[in-house]
Amino acid sequence: MSILTVEDIYSGYGETEILHGVSIEVAPGAIATIIGPNGSGKSTLMKTIFGLLTPTKGKVTLEDEDITGLRPDRIVRKGMCYVPQSDNIFPSLTVLENLEMGAYIRDDDHSDSLRDVFERFPLLKDRKSQRAGSLSGGEQQLLAMGKALMLNPKVLLLDEPAAGLAPRMVGEILQKILEIKESGVAILMVEQNAKESLKLSDRGYVLAMGKKRFEDAGQALLNNPDIGRLYLGY
Amino acid sequence: MEFFGQFLQLTVYGLISGSIIALGAIGLSLTYGILNFANFSHGDVMALGAFLALALFRLTKNLGIPTHSFGPLSFGLPIVIALICSMGLTAIVAIFIDRILYRRFRESGPIVLLIASVGAAFVLRNIIQFIWSPLPSYYFREIQISKRFFGIRIKPDEIFILIFAAGAAYLLHLFLTRTKMGKAMRATSDNLELAKVTGIDTERVILWTWGIGAALAASGGVLAGIEDKFITPELGWHLLLYIFAAVILGGIGSPYGALLGGTIIGLSTEISTAFINTAYKPAVAFIIMVIMLLFRPTGLIRSK
Repeated sequence: MSILTVEDIYSGYGETEILHGVSIEVAPGAIATIIGPNGSGKSTLMKTIFGLLTPTKGKVTLEDEDITGLRPDRIVRKGMCYVPQSDNIFPSLTVLENLEMGAYIRDDDHSDSLRDVFERFPLLKDRKSQRAGSLSGGEQQLLAMGKALMLNPKVLLLDEPAAGLAPRMVGEILQKILEIKESGVAILMVEQNAKESLKLSDRGYVLAMGKKRFEDAGQALLNNPDIGRLYLGY
Repeated sequence: MEFFGQFLQLTVYGLISGSIIALGAIGLSLTYGILNFANFSHGDVMALGAFLALALFRLTKNLGIPTHSFGPLSFGLPIVIALICSMGLTAIVAIFIDRILYRRFRESGPIVLLIASVGAAFVLRNIIQFIWSPLPSYYFREIQISKRFFGIRIKPDEIFILIFAAGAAYLLHLFLTRTKMGKAMRATSDNLELAKVTGIDTERVILWTWGIGAALAASGGVLAGIEDKFITPELGWHLLLYIFAAVILGGIGSPYGALLGGTIIGLSTEISTAFINTAYKPAVAFIIMVIMLLFRPTGLIRSK
């Protein structure tokens, strides 16, 4: 039983097909990580799941509901949030305003979610009146995740949450992701820091040339000598 | 001392024309920031606002609204009612143009939208000419005597213009920082794609943007009519260069930048008349625009 299911997806940009039949699953409250070389279609898969690209074939199911080809703002309402790889905050808005925008579709009082996010990321509370564009790269990444959590999503899609960050920050971000998972949110992420992210993943997928090459428990993938040799560089 | 006096006088004139430019520039900057195209019909939207106000003003004569002027002003309630109703009507027209024209080109890129807006500009201007004639029209013909404050000449109507523009800018500021829609508008201007994946209904934001931008433009058109005493269908087209200069100076997409840019363009073009012929006012605005594009294309207030 999985909360998010992707079945045999074919997708790409215009005439260029990038994904040639990919299937993955995310179990409730679990972390699934997709790794693979550049250009393997990881981000394309994320965008297709979130309705930013329309698949030519295949099916995306969220909690038994077919969400294939739905508009992103509709998918958000179904309880799935997406944190893009870059440009994932509103730089001219304050930190607090960014979080409020995260809760945009909610008409009820969202102060409880705001309190939760501030508790999880105390740094954001200290900087709540600061322009988001003035935060460091790592802080912006935390804000982007906080913004997504304002909706108490069931599933969170993270596209390279630790890309381009200082090594110390990478560990902190991954730790936060683990905490978010432990609070009951299912997470699907794409990550360049394959070793660190597979370590905390319940499920791992290796994507190459638009096709799924391997799939196993995170730790098992990490211990698989073929994967190490082909994709992790050791 | 005489030079200082003249400088102060020109500063006041600059603030007045700056107010009108800023009211136009805010709307242009908002739509530029969110839809990412230079709207060449914005000036003609200002003219439309001025002429709709004229029509409404004439209509009020038959409604028995008290026509006496407010204190020292050369106009009374009818103009104020016409101004406010024209803002609303112009907003509706702008939203209508978006629905029938610009919306079809959302994915077409900035050049297609720019050309579409040039088309919209011609259509609007010619409709105005067709209905109200290309000749100047007048809200009122009374000549107002300037008052002197500390040696500076200013007409009461001009004080009204300054207060109205400042009030409109303040209300806009409250809207952008205190309301959910205002914040969503700034967010969408920052990053349209991210706004969509955040769940913001960007089509609704675009609708509000057109409405607010056009309403402010209409008020700028009416105030220009009050200042100049007459309005022509070319009113907005002639202001467009100053407005573009103000938007670029302030930073595209930033309403605060537009306000600042409008004020600076107004001030610098008026003050330049102390040194060079008045006929060169547009050249001054143009030079500022070119210098900004060369050395700081992001504008004074960086928005992106």
